[in-house]
Amino acid sequence: MDSRLLTSAVTLRVNGTVHRLTLDNRSTLLDTLREDLDLTGAKKGCDHGQCGSCTVLVDGRRVNCCLLLTVACDGSEITTVEGLSDGWSLHPVQEAFLARDAFQCGYCTPGQVCSAVGALREMAEGRPSAVTVGTEPPSGAAEIRERMSGNLCRCAAYPNIVRAVGDAAERAAEWWERTP
Amino acid sequence: MTGPDAATATPTAPAGGSTRPPQSADDQDPRGLGASVAPADALAKAQGTYPYAADLWAEGLLWAALLRSPHPHARITRIDTAPALALPGVACVVTAEDVPGEALHGRRVHDRPVFASELVRHHGEPIAAVAADHPDTARLAAAAIVVEYEVLEPVTDPEQAFSAPPLHPDGNLVRHIPLHFGDPDVVGDVVVEGLYRVGRQDPAPIGAEAGLAVPRPDGGVELYVASTDPHADRDLVAACFGLAKERVKVVVTGVPGAMGDREDAGMQISLGLLALRTGRPVKLVATREEAFLGHAHRHPTLLRYRHHADTEGRLVKVEAQILLDAGAYADTSSDALAAAVAFAAGPYVVPHAFVEGWAVRTNNPPSGHVRGEGAMQVCAAYEGQMDKLAAKLGMDPLDLRMRNVMATGDLMPTSQTVTCPAPVGELLRAVREEPLPPLPVGDDEQDWLLPGGPDGAGDPAAVRRGVGYALGMVHMLGIEGADEVSTATVRISEDSATVICAAVDTGQGFATLARQIVQEVLGVAEVHVAPVDTDLPPAGASARGRHTWVSGGAVERAARMVRTQLLQPLAAKFGMSVELLTIADGKITSYDGVLSTTVAEALGGKELWATAQCRPHPTEPLDEFGQGDAFVGLAFAAMRAVVDVDVELGTVRVVEVTVAQDVGRVLNPNQLAARIEAGVAQGVGMALMEDLRTARGVVQRPGFTGYPLPTALDTPEVRIAKLIEDRDVVATFGAKAAGAVPVVVAPAAVASAVRAATGRPINRLPIRPQNAIVAQG
Repeated sequence: MDSRLLTSAVTLRVNGTVHRLTLDNRSTLLDTLREDLDLTGAKKGCDHGQCGSCTVLVDGRRVNCCLLLTVACDGSEITTVEGLSDGWSLHPVQEAFLARDAFQCGYCTPGQVCSAVGALREMAEGRPSAVTVGTEPPSGAAEIRERMSGNLCRCAAYPNIVRAVGDAAERAAEWWERTP
Repeated sequence: MTGPDAATATPTAPAGGSTRPPQSADDQDPRGLGASVAPADALAKAQGTYPYAADLWAEGLLWAALLRSPHPHARITRIDTAPALALPGVACVVTAEDVPGEALHGRRVHDRPVFASELVRHHGEPIAAVAADHPDTARLAAAAIVVEYEVLEPVTDPEQAFSAPPLHPDGNLVRHIPLHFGDPDVVGDVVVEGLYRVGRQDPAPIGAEAGLAVPRPDGGVELYVASTDPHADRDLVAACFGLAKERVKVVVTGVPGAMGDREDAGMQISLGLLALRTGRPVKLVATREEAFLGHAHRHPTLLRYRHHADTEGRLVKVEAQILLDAGAYADTSSDALAAAVAFAAGPYVVPHAFVEGWAVRTNNPPSGHVRGEGAMQVCAAYEGQMDKLAAKLGMDPLDLRMRNVMATGDLMPTSQTVTCPAPVGELLRAVREEPLPPLPVGDDEQDWLLPGGPDGAGDPAAVRRGVGYALGMVHMLGIEGADEVSTATVRISEDSATVICAAVDTGQGFATLARQIVQEVLGVAEVHVAPVDTDLPPAGASARGRHTWVSGGAVERAARMVRTQLLQPLAAKFGMSVELLTIADGKITSYDGVLSTTVAEALGGKELWATAQCRPHPTEPLDEFGQGDAFVGLAFAAMRAVVDVDVELGTVRVVEVTVAQDVGRVLNPNQLAARIEAGVAQGVGMALMEDLRTARGVVQRPGFTGYPLPTALDTPEVRIAKLIEDRDVVATFGAKAAGAVPVVVAPAAVASAVRAATGRPINRLPIRPQNAIVAQG
């Protein structure tokens, strides 16, 4: 079979670096990040979009990248856990996770952190969730629990995760303003 | 570690804790025992750079895949690997006939073939392993192997295992313990009976099994895996490779979650065999489905109880029959059964007890060590009985429990005297005295808190609140004569210290504790914990929180030896005893202030090393009547669960769990609270949702939708009412392991609360909606 039918050229901007790749059309973004770009921060927990360990930000929105084909991300801006800190300082969510000790084994943590960054942005933009009441901007632990419920943590560090995300809310908004 | 620099395949393995220095060593950092010292590996975990086995890479590596049986019970009539070998990119296929050493392995009993060759005994049993140049090629090749089966009727009901033809040359009975304690003819004024079932909880770590095997030039092999008992794993795999154990090295990587034993031995052996055969590094990352099929589960258990009491509610006799489904192979079923039988009556004084326990082989998925094994299942049953007895006597369930609680000096039904602190009554009082959370009724903003959510709930009027209580106990170390020992080395040079110990930090915080111990004893802020591999002396398994005691004890002794070496010359010079000197913040001072120097100056450029062992008081096996001093340490907890049940839909929301725990001594307040919260969440999972279902031995929907785990929404508020710090004089620092007790007690507390809300018996875990529905009049 003509291999050109099975592969595509894709341009991705990952953590600020442009990558031009020729990939099997069936590659998921998670495999591309982990196997082709050596970015192993995003984890494969289930490969079925059930656990959230692979959460990254695509054009600022959080996604389970095990369910996303890389060819569908052509031209996208992708931020993984490795791209959240700028080399000098950590992202406010990462700092909050450290301050609250919001993990045990750490395997789900990159996904939790990326998911929290995305969730806080959704909240700051006033996007409602299933538990949002009225028209006030969503906030508080109940909102955070709901929005973080797609990220499993078997060590069940949830109480500290929810506290950490709450702590980071204000500073995460500033981070978004600084980041184009 | 990734990237081409890993060509020599010595990936950095951080499992004993990162070698990264602490974030900052300024005076604000908490230090020493009793302080909330943060884990040293936290930064790497938050940045996604903490390496797990699935993240490792080596130049020229091959990818492995396992072929697993689709049948729970079948005779294999033919295996043809030729179609797999014919696929381009396939380097090697191994089956049972390629195992050069021991054909059988197992954690306690060697009863499990590396690869099934004649008989398949459970769904998912490995039959062959493939190495290829791409993970998909490896999987396709495994699927291309032709296996012809003669499908046999599976034995899936453990009660049928007694009469069924033997499924294994060792027979179907793994162990039988008939515990006899007291007078069998005694009868109480009041008798209650109950039948309880506990389902198959899976450890379900988010990080599935993974590993990298690298052949060594000397014909040996190195395995990079998330082992929780690296020396035991090394000995087991080396025997199957037919290699001296010195030629196999297990290097422990980051452990991506460990509620049970890691790592699946069948996977480790397959990886090593493929690396040895091909002479190339081989990597395997299990799929989620394989993870459910490959590792051991909590024992599904059937429990039949009869409690006798007098009219005042004092327990007279407990009779029980406990049947553990070991699945196809024995694994650690013997330990789980001993715990189940010994703790069958719970933390209560029982003058007479007659308990029959069995662990049997079936064609179900194998069971093994999962946090709180044996103790959790019986807790659900004896606490169910206490609720039932209270109802029959017309007593408050709390008063009934209080009347019977165990204390130090009481006898367990194994005739072992409880010598450690056992403040059971105080724990129960502590949870009882906590205020109850308010009802969400009539508050629009809280409506969504009703079970099923704002849209999912039927009629809010159908929601009933229930409050339930449970007490429980668990052991902390290896039991029945297991040689509990750990060895640790401490080194100091200039102003930093290093701990070298093969105790694996699974995220439970041992590396943090080791740093705290050395900070405390040697007064230095900067303490590194070395990575773990089997070139270090053994420390034993990371299970039951035993490293706090055994490895913590070894680290403390080694640190004290270093301290003596450091201080003795100074003490001699100043004509005072070592005891009159103190070390803090890197400074050595004498009681009178005459001597004041720094640790670095006292060392004078030298390095000091010391190695020490900790071997707690030995235990003995239970005898033919289930009697003996089989346990060293016991830990207790009391819980109160508050639930809201939609009695039309049978949905349950756990509103709050209040905990009082017997911890001996708080060594790290933040870490301790996190362990308790985690244990409660895992217990709530067991109570409400976690059950790996099988249909005639075939695992159903092995994924996170078929097997849901508690999410941030399902995990209740955890209120810690009291941590009782009665030091256990025989334990290191007087501390008791904290992680397992909450898992043991929480399911029983939730069941008790649902019982209170619905008036239904709730004799099955996890609680299914149909068990929590109340017929409407």
